[in-house]
Amino acid sequence: VFKRFVEIGRVAFISFGPHAGKLVAIVDVIDQNRALVDGPCSGVRRQAMPFKCMQLTDFVLKFPHSARQKCVRLAWEKENINEKWAATRWAKKIEAREKKAKMTDFDRYKVMKAKKMRNRIIKHEMKKLQRLASKKGKKPEKPEKSEKSEKPEKAQKSAKVQKA
Amino acid sequence: VAGEKNPGEKAPREKKRGKKKTGEKKPAEQKPTQRAVGEKKKKVKKHHASRNPVLARGIGRYSRSAMYVRKALYKRKYTAPETKIEKKKKEKPRATIIKPVGGDKNGGSRVVKIRKMPRYYPTEDVPRKLLSHGKKPFCQHKRRLRASITPGTVLILLTGRHRGKRVVFLKQLGTGLLLVTGPLVINRVPLRRAHQKFVIATSTKVDISGVKIPKHLTDAYFKKKRLRKPKHQEGEIFDTEKEKYEITEQRKSDQKAVDSQILARIKQVPQLRGYLRSTFCLSNGVYPHKLVF
Repeated sequence: VFKRFVEIGRVAFISFGPHAGKLVAIVDVIDQNRALVDGPCSGVRRQAMPFKCMQLTDFVLKFPHSARQKCVRLAWEKENINEKWAATRWAKKIEAREKKAKMTDFDRYKVMKAKKMRNRIIKHEMKKLQRLASKKGKKPEKPEKSEKSEKPEKAQKSAKVQKA
Repeated sequence: VAGEKNPGEKAPREKKRGKKKTGEKKPAEQKPTQRAVGEKKKKVKKHHASRNPVLARGIGRYSRSAMYVRKALYKRKYTAPETKIEKKKKEKPRATIIKPVGGDKNGGSRVVKIRKMPRYYPTEDVPRKLLSHGKKPFCQHKRRLRASITPGTVLILLTGRHRGKRVVFLKQLGTGLLLVTGPLVINRVPLRRAHQKFVIATSTKVDISGVKIPKHLTDAYFKKKRLRKPKHQEGEIFDTEKEKYEITEQRKSDQKAVDSQILARIKQVPQLRGYLRSTFCLSNGVYPHKLVF
């Protein structure tokens, strides 16, 4: 049922508070509500932090409990947590949300145009397939073709959004 | 290194000049004369610390005469300020003038003071301020412009018949209104004035650095013209006023002159033309306080 546990070395994402948005590693558990936490590679000093503001990630580091910052840093860099985190969907969603909030009026216009063009292409392909299907009676539709046409458009649209 | 040397050299020399030690004065004097005279005058004299070390509270090491020598007061002799007698004896500007006077048996001339005493002394020291104090007419008001609005900014008009349209800002006119243009071929907004308060400034900017805006585009050019000659009776007044606005040839030519320069620059930015053609609107889930313009 539960897959991520609070353990020594668990990397957590801080969701609110002064260090919101940063990653930390759990170094030790103080009591039921707090943990000793350290984020040498993410700019968080070693401190106590309540569990409530931490959200557990999939990453676990290997170091003994109450290890000093240097050891935590070594383990962090050995596992390359920063790069792994940036590659997760979680981090990408956060980034996309930030970008969307920063969009200017001109960017919104460009996104609207890109979406419109993409939907048009998709609709066009769908209509083509529908016509084929209705023309030739009950011929089985080809799902691979629609997937293929959707993927290049998705890549185009994400590229446009990243440009903005 | 040469540059570093000079300030280093100057600092001890300044101190020497301030201290005015007899032995070291002469070589120090020679060196500053080589420098610019202006530098000498501008330098602020630093006050020296007490030259009389304290032995106990109220008792100094050196006597009065020794201190006289140590402070080099024999060099520092200041004259007393001018006494009143000396001032009186100085040349003063004329205080009275002799003017001829007409009339019979009048003596022919009078001695008149050039600068007369005031004819009225108010009972209050500070005169009462008028009710209109500090109230300036509109032409003297301070015009302000938001920092986000610079020439070439794309603005969104919020009021008027062109509401929602995105428009290019050109300059601020004398009354503080903003001179703005569509350009006309893009969104049918001519050279027009817009009010700063009823406009959203976006962060999109068009490079208008080389564009020359004609000098005759002022507030007077744009002001609405009204006929003011109601010689007729009341019933006929409303007929004489202009009902339809006609676009003059001058407006057309000015529009062309400005727009041709701006259109070239708009073309360089991809998708900007389409952006200016579109209108701004809010829809579900769009909150202006959350939008970044």
